[in-house]
Amino acid sequence: MGLEVHLQLATQSKIFSGSATAFGAAPNEQADAVDLGMPGMLPVLNEEAVRYAVKFGLGIGARIGERSVFDRKNYFYPDLPKGYQVSQFFAPIVCEGVFEVPLEDGSLFPVRITRAHLEEDAGKSVHDAFSRETGIDLNRAGTPLLEIVTEPDFRSAEQAVAYLKALHSLVTYLGISDGNMAEGSMRCDINISLREKGSDALGTRTEIKNVNSFRFVERAIHSEYERQADILDSGGSITQETRLYDAEQNVTRSMRSKEVANDYRYFPEPDLLPIVIDAEYIEAVRATLPELPGAKRARFTADYGLNDYDAALLVPNHALADYFEAVVTAGGAAKPAANWILGDLTAALNRNEIDITASPISAAQLAGLIARIEDGTLSSKLAKQVFDGLWAGEGDADQIIEARGLKQVSDSGALESMVEAVIADNPDQVAQYLAADETKQKKLSGFFVGQIMKASKGQANPQMINELLLKKLNDQS
Amino acid sequence: MTDNALLSGSVSSLRQQLRDRAVSSEELTRACLERIEACNGALNAVITMCSEQALDSAREADKAIAKGDIASLTGIPLLHKDIFCTNGVRTTCGSRMLEQFVPAYDATVVTKMRGEGAVMLGKCNMDEFAMGSSNETSFFGAVRNPWDLNCVPGGSSGGSAAALAAGMAPLVTGTDTGGSIRQPASLCGVTGLKPTYGRVSRLGIIAFASSLDQAGPMARTAEDCAIALTAMSGIDAGDSTSADIPVPDFHAGLHHDVQGLRIGLPREYFNEDLDPDVRERVMAALSALEQAGATLVDIELPHSHYAIATYYVIAPAEASANLARYDGVRFGYRCEDPVDLEDLYLRSRSEGFGEEVQRRILVGTYALSAGFYDAYFNKAQQVRRVITEDFTRAFESVDVIAGPSAPGVAFQFGAKQQDPVAMYMEDIYTLAVNLAGLPGLSTPAGLINGMPVGLQLIGKPFDEQTILNAAHRLQSDTDWHMARPQLETVAP
Repeated sequence: MGLEVHLQLATQSKIFSGSATAFGAAPNEQADAVDLGMPGMLPVLNEEAVRYAVKFGLGIGARIGERSVFDRKNYFYPDLPKGYQVSQFFAPIVCEGVFEVPLEDGSLFPVRITRAHLEEDAGKSVHDAFSRETGIDLNRAGTPLLEIVTEPDFRSAEQAVAYLKALHSLVTYLGISDGNMAEGSMRCDINISLREKGSDALGTRTEIKNVNSFRFVERAIHSEYERQADILDSGGSITQETRLYDAEQNVTRSMRSKEVANDYRYFPEPDLLPIVIDAEYIEAVRATLPELPGAKRARFTADYGLNDYDAALLVPNHALADYFEAVVTAGGAAKPAANWILGDLTAALNRNEIDITASPISAAQLAGLIARIEDGTLSSKLAKQVFDGLWAGEGDADQIIEARGLKQVSDSGALESMVEAVIADNPDQVAQYLAADETKQKKLSGFFVGQIMKASKGQANPQMINELLLKKLNDQS
Repeated sequence: MTDNALLSGSVSSLRQQLRDRAVSSEELTRACLERIEACNGALNAVITMCSEQALDSAREADKAIAKGDIASLTGIPLLHKDIFCTNGVRTTCGSRMLEQFVPAYDATVVTKMRGEGAVMLGKCNMDEFAMGSSNETSFFGAVRNPWDLNCVPGGSSGGSAAALAAGMAPLVTGTDTGGSIRQPASLCGVTGLKPTYGRVSRLGIIAFASSLDQAGPMARTAEDCAIALTAMSGIDAGDSTSADIPVPDFHAGLHHDVQGLRIGLPREYFNEDLDPDVRERVMAALSALEQAGATLVDIELPHSHYAIATYYVIAPAEASANLARYDGVRFGYRCEDPVDLEDLYLRSRSEGFGEEVQRRILVGTYALSAGFYDAYFNKAQQVRRVITEDFTRAFESVDVIAGPSAPGVAFQFGAKQQDPVAMYMEDIYTLAVNLAGLPGLSTPAGLINGMPVGLQLIGKPFDEQTILNAAHRLQSDTDWHMARPQLETVAP
C-alpha cells in the first residue's frame, strides 16, 4: 500500500487569494473574484503556505526543492471554478525523505516519502439544498493543501494507521494544520494492491479516495483486501480504478475507472513564478521548528525513565505531552504521572468529551495527588477518591484529604488494635485459617484485611495491615 | 479651436491646450463622443459607450485643471480595448460568452490611467478573446478600416486602432499577445507599442495566453505612447509576473539623438518573401534614421522561421486552460435548458465561443494531451528559449532590431478568413517578439496604394526608451505619422 494524504494548511488566507479559510461560513461568503475564477483575475501566492510546506519538509527530514513550479491540472467540474486546479506536478516543493513512524511495540517503521506538493482545494457541490438543482459552495476553493505521497511501503492496516497518526501528530506539532479530520483537514487516499507470497512484484492497484478517519482507513483497508483476495483466489483479476469507502456497509465501491479517467494535461502555470528557496530561507524556517515528536519520545524515555509504550502514548498529542511535563515540573514523579494521565485522567476526559487543554484537574493538582501517594499519605484506593474530588473541583489534594478525612492510617499502634479487634471478633475464621494450608491461608487472610479496611473506612495502610495481621494470626497458633 | 483640430491632435498637444485652458476636457470629450456617434455606424470600432460617465469625468478633470491639480493624462479622453475589465461597465472581450458580463473590478491599467486623470469614453471592439489578426472574429461584428471600409483594420486590437485613426480618441489601449497592437497599428497608420513582458500589470485583463499577453498604448505619436506607457506601467502586487523594475518617465527621457544608434536588420525578415513595396517603405524609413546618424547592421535571427509554429502551440495551450472557466456555471453565456452537466458544458461553450476561439482551444488541448505534451508543448517551450537566445545574441551587437510590422497592408474582408494559416502569417514579424518577451513598436512608414505600412522597432528587455526615441526621431524628421484617412465619406 501507498498513501496520499491531503493536508489542509492552517493559513489565515487562501493559497492564491486574500479570502479567509475558516471552516463553517455561509456558502460562498469566503470566495472572492480570484476564488470564483472571474475573468482577468490572477493568483498571488501566499508565502505562509510556502513556509508551512517547508516546515513539513524539514519535519520529515526531506529535501526541499530549490525551485518548485506550479502547474495547471485541467479538468471540468462545476466546483472547480477555473476549469483547472493549480498544483505542482513536475517540480514539487518537498522532495524525497524518510519518515520514522513509531509502532505500538516501540519500534520505528521507516516510511519513504516520495514527495509533498502544494495545491489549491476545489469547492464543493451541494446536492441536498435544492430540488433538481445542485448548489456550488466555493468557500473551500483555493484553500491551501499539501499533498503528501508515500512509496508503497505499507504491508498492513496497522502500519498505515500508525503512519497517519504519526503524520497527524507531526503536523499539529509543526502548527501547519489543525489536523481536524472531521472537518476534512486531513483526507487520505489509499493505493492498495496484493502480491503473491514471495513475489516482489506488486499487483494491480485500486485507489480508495477521501477516507477521513483513522478507523475508516483501517476498516477500508481490510475490506478492500478481502475484496481483492476473493477476486484473485477465484482466478479473477483486479481492475485499476478509483473506489470509495462506504462506512455504513463497510465496503468499497467503484467510483470511476482509470481507463476513462481524465487526461489532466498538466503544464506550467504561467501566472505564477517558480518558488525559489535558498539555504538561508531553509535555515530561517528550521530555526522556528519546535521539538518534534521523535525527539520528544527519545527525551521522555531518557530523561524521565518512561518506557517506549508510555512515551508513544503521551507524545503524539502535543497538549498531552505538555501536561505531562507540567505535572513533572510541579513535582509529580514521572512514571506515576504517566500512569495517572494515560489511565484515570484520559478515561475521565474521554468520558466527558473534554480536551486535555480544558482538563478540570490542573497539572499542579495532579502533581499534588501523586506526591501524597509517594509519601504514603494515600493508598491507591484513597487516591482514586481524591482524584474524584479533584475532578469535582473540591480543591487540591491536601484540601480534599482533609475535608473528606481520607488520610491513610499508618500509625502502628492504631493498626495493631484494629487487627486485634478483628481477630477477637472472628474466632471461627481464625480457627479455619489456622487449620488451612499455606495457599488457603493466603486466601483467608483477605477476609481479615477486608474487615479491617471496612472498619477503617479504607484508611488503614493496607501494607502495614498485612504485615501486622500475619504476625498476629501466626501468634494465635 | 475647430473640432477637426481637436480630433486630430496628439495627447501632448491636447494636454498643453487643456493646461492653457484653450479647450476644456468637457469640450474635448464631447467632440470625441460626437465623433464616435458619427463614425461608429460605419466603423463598428466601439462596442460600448460611456457617454455620461465620460462627461462627468471630464468635468472633474476640468475642475482639477482649474485647481492646478494636473496629472499626466488629466482630461485626455481615451478608449479601452474591451479586454480590460471595467468596474460597472460591460466587458465582452468581443465574445458572445461575455456579452452580458459586467465586472465588479477594474483592470490595473484602467485604475492607473484613471488615476492619471484620463477620461474613459468607452470600450473598443476586438477579435474574440484577442484571437485574430483582422477583427473579423468579434461576436459584435467586424471593424472596418477607416482608410478603406472594405478592408480589415488588423487585429486583435483592431477596434482600438480604427477608432484612433478615425479621430474618435487621441489615445487608446490595446493588448498584444502575438502582434495584436503592432499589426493593427501598422494597418491603420498609427503608433502602437507593446511593452516588455512584465512592464504592465495583466491584472484585470482577460487572459488569452498568460505568458505572452501584454498591454500597451496606441496613439498618434511615439511621444504620446511614451506618456501613456509611463502611466500604465509598474509592478503590481496583484500580478506575480509584473516586473519589479523601476519605471522611468519615458516622456521626460525622450530625445532626438540617434547618432551611433545601431539598428539591426535581420536577414530573415528582409528575405525574398518580403513584399517589395513593404520593403521599399520600411527601408525608406530606416534610411531616414540612417540619415539622422543611426547605423544599419545586417544581423541574423536564425530560428525566426520557427516562431509561428512555436507560438501556435504555446498560445493555444495556455488559452485552452484560460478559457476553461467559461463553462456556463458561474458567469457568462449559458445555453437554454441544459439536460445535464455535459450538455451544459458542451452547448454553452459551443454556442458561446466563435469558430476561431474553438479552433484554438482544440489545438491547445491537443498539444497538451498525454502522449503529445513532449512532442508539442515541451518542444515549443524549448524552441521558445532558442528564439529568445537569438535575440539576446543579436542585441550584443545592436541597440534596436528593425523590420516590417506586418507582411502587407490591410486586406479585404474575407480574404484570409477561410485560411487560418494565411491569417496566422499576418503576425510573422511580430510573434517572435512576444515569445522573447521584448518591447516592440510600430510606427507609420508611408502608404502603399493609399493604405498604411508600419515599421517595427524591437528593443532590449525593458528598454522601451530606445525604440521610443528612435520612433520619435523618425516622426520628427518625416510626416508619415501625420497621414490621416479621409473620413468624410463616413461622417461628413
